[in-house]
Amino acid sequence: MSAELTQSGAEILLRALKDQGVEVIFGYPGGAVLPIYDAIFNQNAIRHILVRQEGGAVHAAEGYARSTGKVGVVLVTSGPGATNAVTGLCDALMDSIPVVCLTGQVPTHLIGNDAFQEADTTGITRPATKHNYLVKRSEDLARVVHEAFYVARSGRPGPVVIDLPKDILINKAPYTEAAPAHPSYRPRLDPEAARIEEAVALLKQAKRPMIYAGGGVINAGPKASEALTALVRATGFPVTNTLMGLGAYPASDPQFLGMLGMHGTYEANMAMHGCDVLLAVGARFDDRVTGRLNAFSQGSRKIHIDIDRSSVNKNVPVEIPIIADAGRALDAMLREWHATPGKADAPAIAAWWRQIDEWRGKNSLGFHQAMQPGTIIKPQYAVQRLYEITKARKQEVFITTEVGQHQMWAAQHFKFEKPNRWMTSGGLGTMGYGLPAAMGVQVAHPDALVIDIAGEASILMNIQEMGTLAQYRLPVKVFILNNEYMGMVRQWQELLHGGRYSESYSAALPDFVKLAESFHATGLRATSVEQLDDVIIRMLDCDGPVIADIAVDQKENCFPMIPSGAAHNEMILGPDHEATNAVVSDQGFALV
Amino acid sequence: MSSSQDTTQRTATISVLVDNEAGVLARVTGLFSGRGYNIDSLTVAPVDAEGKQSRINVVTTGTTMVIEQIKAQLDRLVPVHRVSDLTREGPHVAREMALIKVIGTGEKRVEALRIAETFRARVVDTTVESFVFELTGASDKIDAFIELMRALGLAEVSRTGIAALARGKRTI
Repeated sequence: MSAELTQSGAEILLRALKDQGVEVIFGYPGGAVLPIYDAIFNQNAIRHILVRQEGGAVHAAEGYARSTGKVGVVLVTSGPGATNAVTGLCDALMDSIPVVCLTGQVPTHLIGNDAFQEADTTGITRPATKHNYLVKRSEDLARVVHEAFYVARSGRPGPVVIDLPKDILINKAPYTEAAPAHPSYRPRLDPEAARIEEAVALLKQAKRPMIYAGGGVINAGPKASEALTALVRATGFPVTNTLMGLGAYPASDPQFLGMLGMHGTYEANMAMHGCDVLLAVGARFDDRVTGRLNAFSQGSRKIHIDIDRSSVNKNVPVEIPIIADAGRALDAMLREWHATPGKADAPAIAAWWRQIDEWRGKNSLGFHQAMQPGTIIKPQYAVQRLYEITKARKQEVFITTEVGQHQMWAAQHFKFEKPNRWMTSGGLGTMGYGLPAAMGVQVAHPDALVIDIAGEASILMNIQEMGTLAQYRLPVKVFILNNEYMGMVRQWQELLHGGRYSESYSAALPDFVKLAESFHATGLRATSVEQLDDVIIRMLDCDGPVIADIAVDQKENCFPMIPSGAAHNEMILGPDHEATNAVVSDQGFALV
Repeated sequence: MSSSQDTTQRTATISVLVDNEAGVLARVTGLFSGRGYNIDSLTVAPVDAEGKQSRINVVTTGTTMVIEQIKAQLDRLVPVHRVSDLTREGPHVAREMALIKVIGTGEKRVEALRIAETFRARVVDTTVESFVFELTGASDKIDAFIELMRALGLAEVSRTGIAALARGKRTI
């Protein structure tokens, strides 16, 4: 007992982290957290990855968490350390990523005195986290850490901040084990049987069914993706994934219609528009998915499985809400599907598939790549070749992205067969996410191929993390689709603002090859189509970090596109297709 | 299906049982401001013997879909134990207390005192030129009293916001 009492707060913290199964922390030291760094120095159980800016630490922890299903851990100092972490926290909140962020704080007696590097961290991060704590007694520290991990990973996962005043880290206190149950936060996991029965009965009557699965399926673990796949195959119904849900259903499967939403496939969006029964699983009907709400899937009766009751009936009213873990609900539905008499309405479903195949015939993701030497590379072609070449290698592949056109092209043209292989900033849309996220993925999967598909503008937002890659020999590949524009901004300016390209040109770009070399990495460049495969192969063959700068067509736009404020059946399909009736309304003009 | 089109506004009295910990009130009010919900009235105080739990009573206005969303958002906050929509879950009593300062002399002062008696307001402070009345009751009764005091030298009002409980044996 006396040995227990000799532990400092920092030692208690490390012990609690170890008890929670933490293997790695992404962090950056500073005055307020020096006692923690001292405790880290004196142990070997937990590895610390020194990032180059705190924002990178949070994205790295997100990549780590998303690719493993574990909680990602961040350690930053007080004041600017904490405020730099805020974007990552918001990102993790929007995309439901479990992260525990430890922030230093000035000693308790100085709180409120505008001390050096003081910020009201719990105040600032309250709307940016699922929950946060300010620890005011060392005796509470272990309990709070255990509770924070439970909150971060339970129910709808999210980021949790623990603010740690320096004296709390120095004072000695006894250790406490994790409590078996939380007093108030106990999310419902098992579905109501009656709802499952209603849902399956509705699915069996469906003539034009559609299954729409999101990131919640990924968060529910790989078994939930297996359950989804089993249910889709048992029913014979079409399925689409949201941006966050890619990999929840194997992309090569013929029942997969591709991604839906603003840059989703024609067939996925038309099927959403025309279906008569919609099963939504772990998806939240966000505006990038629904388009104009009062025109969204008007003819369908809707079933919505979500672990977060506040996601149900938030944007779109549903007939059958099922509050449960996605995997458990899907398992229950599959059992019910087999246990009850009757099957799907085969003739109606066959007719529905004929309609879907007609939509597929539009080939909405099509593009033209001229192959004569010297021809400029189409960005879609670059992603497609990256996919094909990596697929042939039979190595585990993890893809992260930044935010913008390249992100959408990656989502459209890179095919994911398994969950947890695709890391992207969906809700918050954080440029600069991809490189640090890839870093976190590579730390978790040292032997895998981890590629950040990037744009030349986004990559500069966290380029400093190249230093981290070098220090820890993390062989992340950065694949830049370089069109010298903030491409999505340029695209909207072309389509909505009369081609006035205000401040969207990436002027004064660095030489990415030299930039890579200065960070002890390999730099490669492709400027015309015949160089592309060679650059990709050299990139993949390299056993260290690489930046591959791929010069792509500057004018290429990302299609299909549902313009803001338009409906799913009002897609712009791109230059190869007949003009659609899509026009941007005044209301749509004001949307983001 | 119709609830998204239903634009009828209703007023809801929602009681929330929370852990009495630092920041919990900010978390609740931040939820309302961050998501654009209205707060018409809000009260909070510890309600158990050890002071470990507080009850927040919030009166809000919105469409049925918005009110349901507010309840769901409150319910998922980590320190929240129970959320009860008193307006929907059966009859309830809602009361608030107000202190009302009226300054005046002569006939107006006499009239103010006479009305106060009718409303069963108590006089809790008196000078030769002023009264402070204490009035407890439903919010509309307090509104009515304040309205009457306007012509009689109403100077200052302090209201608690409502406290509410379900009628009968039901508890939160």
